[in-house]
Amino acid sequence: MDFENTPFKNPINPEDIINAGKKKLPELIKYLPLAIVALLVIIFIASGLYSVGPDEVGVIRRFGKYTRTTNPGLHIKIPFGVEKVDKVKVKYIFKEEFGFRTLKSGIVSRYSQKQYFDESLMLTGDLNAIIVEWIIQFKVKDPVKLLFNIRNPRDTIRNISEAVMRQVVGDNSVSEVLTTRRVELNIEVQKQLQNILDSYDSGIQIVTVKLQDVNPPDPVKPSFNEVNEAKQEKEKVINQAWEAYNKAIPAARGNAEKTIKEAEGYALNRINEAKGDAAKFNAIWRAYNSAQDVTRKRLYLETMHEVIPKAGKKYIIDPSQQGILPLLRLGESKDNS
Amino acid sequence: MNKLIYTAAAIVILGILLFGSGALYTIDQTQQVVITQFGEPIGRPITKSGLHLKVPFIQQANYFDKRILQWDGDPNQVPTKDKRYIWVDTTARWRIKDPLKFLQSVTNEAGAHARLDDVVDSATRDYITGHKLVEVVRDTNRLVDENADMVNDPDAVSIDEKLDTIQIGREALTRGILVEASRIVPQYGIELIDVRIKRINYVSEVQQKVFERMISERKRAAEKYRSEGQGKKAEIEGQTIKELKQITSEAYKVAEEKKGNADAEATNIYAKAYNQDPEFYGFVKTLDTYKDTVDKDTIMILSADSEYFEYLKSAQKK
Repeated sequence: MDFENTPFKNPINPEDIINAGKKKLPELIKYLPLAIVALLVIIFIASGLYSVGPDEVGVIRRFGKYTRTTNPGLHIKIPFGVEKVDKVKVKYIFKEEFGFRTLKSGIVSRYSQKQYFDESLMLTGDLNAIIVEWIIQFKVKDPVKLLFNIRNPRDTIRNISEAVMRQVVGDNSVSEVLTTRRVELNIEVQKQLQNILDSYDSGIQIVTVKLQDVNPPDPVKPSFNEVNEAKQEKEKVINQAWEAYNKAIPAARGNAEKTIKEAEGYALNRINEAKGDAAKFNAIWRAYNSAQDVTRKRLYLETMHEVIPKAGKKYIIDPSQQGILPLLRLGESKDNS
Repeated sequence: MNKLIYTAAAIVILGILLFGSGALYTIDQTQQVVITQFGEPIGRPITKSGLHLKVPFIQQANYFDKRILQWDGDPNQVPTKDKRYIWVDTTARWRIKDPLKFLQSVTNEAGAHARLDDVVDSATRDYITGHKLVEVVRDTNRLVDENADMVNDPDAVSIDEKLDTIQIGREALTRGILVEASRIVPQYGIELIDVRIKRINYVSEVQQKVFERMISERKRAAEKYRSEGQGKKAEIEGQTIKELKQITSEAYKVAEEKKGNADAEATNIYAKAYNQDPEFYGFVKTLDTYKDTVDKDTIMILSADSEYFEYLKSAQKK
């Protein structure tokens, strides 16, 4: 019986006890109380030691009543269940996911293929349905409140977060949730969520709320994509029209420039010709003035000399002869020749 | 030395005895206790945590949680005032405020949950059926107030369904549910701290209709973009034609002006030169035209009287 009461950790050499037990059991009984006391003291100290990690605090309850909070390091408490320690990670940022689950995070995180539409499907202010995935990050700002004011803090955070997200999304239109008001949504949810958790005196601080994927429900998705395609198409058509514009207008400007330059050329040509002709006339006229009659004659004769040989047929008619013209049969004679 | 050891041993043994018999008991920071004696409650509930004494064997400590507890209802299918069927899932925070009443009326948390199911669900049902869906979904009139902006936003979906102004809103509605439910629960020793509508969704038949409406709205938005594109395209094409005509006609105008001016100037030059002796100009120019008009097809009939043949008849000097 004595041996059964003696734990194997007995600091007195176990062999001695065994040997003693074999040979001089009565002699040993004398030391037994001392051994038990020494043992108890060691167990007392050993079981009263606890360490608090660098990101934690220790919350101590004595007979269930909160007594103190201890900082990181090695500490001692009253053992045998008199004082109990709860270590709470106060620096750690906890994360909750809504509408999706990360299976394994890393450089390339893996996500559960399962869809959590229960969590993510909600109604927008314009009474449309939308699938919103989001995360919240939170930490413990008051470990005492967290431990003693609220049971299932995680469930509470999840439930209230869903309620708040839906309430905020309910005040936005589907397109605002999809695109324009995501940031405002995060801020609004965080604010309301924090207010509610504070009203519970939960000791929880919401660090951040972040919308993740926001999508229209699957049956509606193609039509949302169609809108995007239509947007692209609109841009494309407009760009094509501008392209045609850009092709036509500079060419037209070039042509216009050409027309104007040609006109300018014509003008220069015309004026220069006129000046030339005028100069020529002036020169001839000046010469003509000095000897009018002979020049006239000369010009006339020179012209005749040049012109008459060029004519195909020449008839010289005496004006006293009448009725010669009908004999000539002008067209025929030409054809026959 | 021995005396000390024996005293310590005695204390330990006494402690074990006291705890073992149930005379000493602890109340955790998170708990409260009602002492009963053969089932009959004795004294006030004990909320102070720490070490407490009671009569062993005949008195029993009944522990209750002191913290905020959660209640999560089952989703209920409820019609709104405007006859839309929706699933409503509520969640509530509550605590055991009067453990004695709690023990007497609902015994334990499972009993409390059953009561809360009835009370919160019926309050929720009352409020939801008494209000339109928009009152449950929206909390403020932000969307209605900013509707002017949404009209300008081509992405805005709800154009045909005019957004109704809300009178109450979700938050006030849940406060109403909380107040109504809170009127009943104190008799169970329960305090309702908060009720929230966790989830609202259309029932599946309505869901389908909503999807169809969303699809048709999106299609209409897409069509709008397309026609906007075509419209803009036509506008640009029109502008192109206009600018082309403008450029061409302006060039024509400038060119013709320049040509006209040149012609006028040329005319002036000619007139100025030829006006010196119009007769001589007529003479010279006529002679020039002879050169151009007479060719091998020309039949010339010349009168012997003409000046050219003057000397053909006679070489007399005139």
